[in-house]
Amino acid sequence: MRKADFFLACIALGFSLLALMFVHSALARREAASNLRAKAKMVAKMGLTDLCLFTEARYTRHPVMADLNTPFQDYPMSIEHYPSGALLPVPRHLTGKGGY
Amino acid sequence: MPGFQKQKYLIDFTLSALLRRKGKNTALVLVYALVVFVLASVLFFTQALRREAALVLAGAPEIVVQRLTAGRHDLIPESYADAIRNIRGVSDVSPRLWGYYYDPVFGANFTLLVPQEFPYGRGNIVIGQGVAEVSRSSIDNILPFWTHEGRLTSFKIAEIFSSDSQLISADLILISEPDFRSLFGLAEGVATNLVLTVKNAKERPIVAAKIKKLLPDTRPIIRDEILRTYDSLFNWRSGILLVVLAGAGLAFIIFAWDKATGLSAEERREIGILKAIGWETSDVILMKFWEGGIISLTSFLSGVLLAYVHVFFTSSFLFEPVLKGWAVIYPEFKLVPFVDAFHIATLFFLTVVPYTLATIVPAWRAAIVDPDAVLRT
Repeated sequence: MRKADFFLACIALGFSLLALMFVHSALARREAASNLRAKAKMVAKMGLTDLCLFTEARYTRHPVMADLNTPFQDYPMSIEHYPSGALLPVPRHLTGKGGY
Repeated sequence: MPGFQKQKYLIDFTLSALLRRKGKNTALVLVYALVVFVLASVLFFTQALRREAALVLAGAPEIVVQRLTAGRHDLIPESYADAIRNIRGVSDVSPRLWGYYYDPVFGANFTLLVPQEFPYGRGNIVIGQGVAEVSRSSIDNILPFWTHEGRLTSFKIAEIFSSDSQLISADLILISEPDFRSLFGLAEGVATNLVLTVKNAKERPIVAAKIKKLLPDTRPIIRDEILRTYDSLFNWRSGILLVVLAGAGLAFIIFAWDKATGLSAEERREIGILKAIGWETSDVILMKFWEGGIISLTSFLSGVLLAYVHVFFTSSFLFEPVLKGWAVIYPEFKLVPFVDAFHIATLFFLTVVPYTLATIVPAWRAAIVDPDAVLRT
């Protein structure tokens, strides 16, 4: 087999897999729709405000409910020390116009 | 020679030339694919998380009212609910009890919540998958807790949330109101916060402003603010993502700069020889175009496909150490693959196109010089 044919076949395979990725994504979304609805229902039923992304610190477990000072309130001169604190931005309602 | 055949001969030649420098080019493809992989993984992960948050949190409370004392959250008297109930547009106000419990045995933080309706009654709890895993417990087992008085008490596990709901319930424990109050020593008549029902979305900011005026020591948070928090979550400006993106961006600039600043003496000599044996400048540029194209397309396709597998088939296991931090309970990120063609196209134009162009420019500069001069240098 010529090198060019082999390469073009590989690229065609790559693009086919890329297209397949979108097909898989669409099918998985359709399949997950009922699960997402169930989760939204659970959130509504229990009155949840946050996703459970990080459980190590209060202000990253429930960023919506946190304050600007929460990461620094453990003791005087406390610095923010949880790794997940470096991942999350400060909620906009705490810093934006009319923030609290 | 027909156009397609000519291109195939050029690809043949280019591949042979690339294979002559097998080690260097393999390393280049690997690093390039790694940069694309990191960028695409971050893109897939954040996009999927944001979209899922928007869908799931669409059912979040319309307004949550917290009370602040000396700049800190405080328990809110249930009498505040009566005052709020009189505001026009508020159709329901209910006190909500929730809090955190640090378990010294497992070293884990749990979120305890009293739901509006708890069918299992006193002495029972419903736990999330993460709690079940960390405590190695199953239905009908008992889970011990230390009360605020330092007394040991235990609750029977009546139900475990399905693993599909981990993203909202991994560390969650549902408990009855009397058990919650006795565990934490909470008096009757106070709640953690209040949850309001305001059906008209346009009225919510107005109701929030009225609450703030009526009860100045409170903080209302409306649903839009909850959704906005998660929409800006993991955006490109947030913390470590900026570091990752900046790192990948700089690595890519180094690639492109290395290519754009010139060719090696060996490559210049090769171009000189090709010109000397009759290749046109356009042929040399086409050959270099294919060189850039082969490397960048191979890297792009492998990087993107591997990133998709990484994020949606292996629950982003490479991100786990970063996301886990010091947490003991860690939800498995089984995300729904929300893949946006626009993002893939952006990634393509930000990686493949500049690299390919950066390969052509120095080759064009070498190809327009007299072959004799190139060979003598």
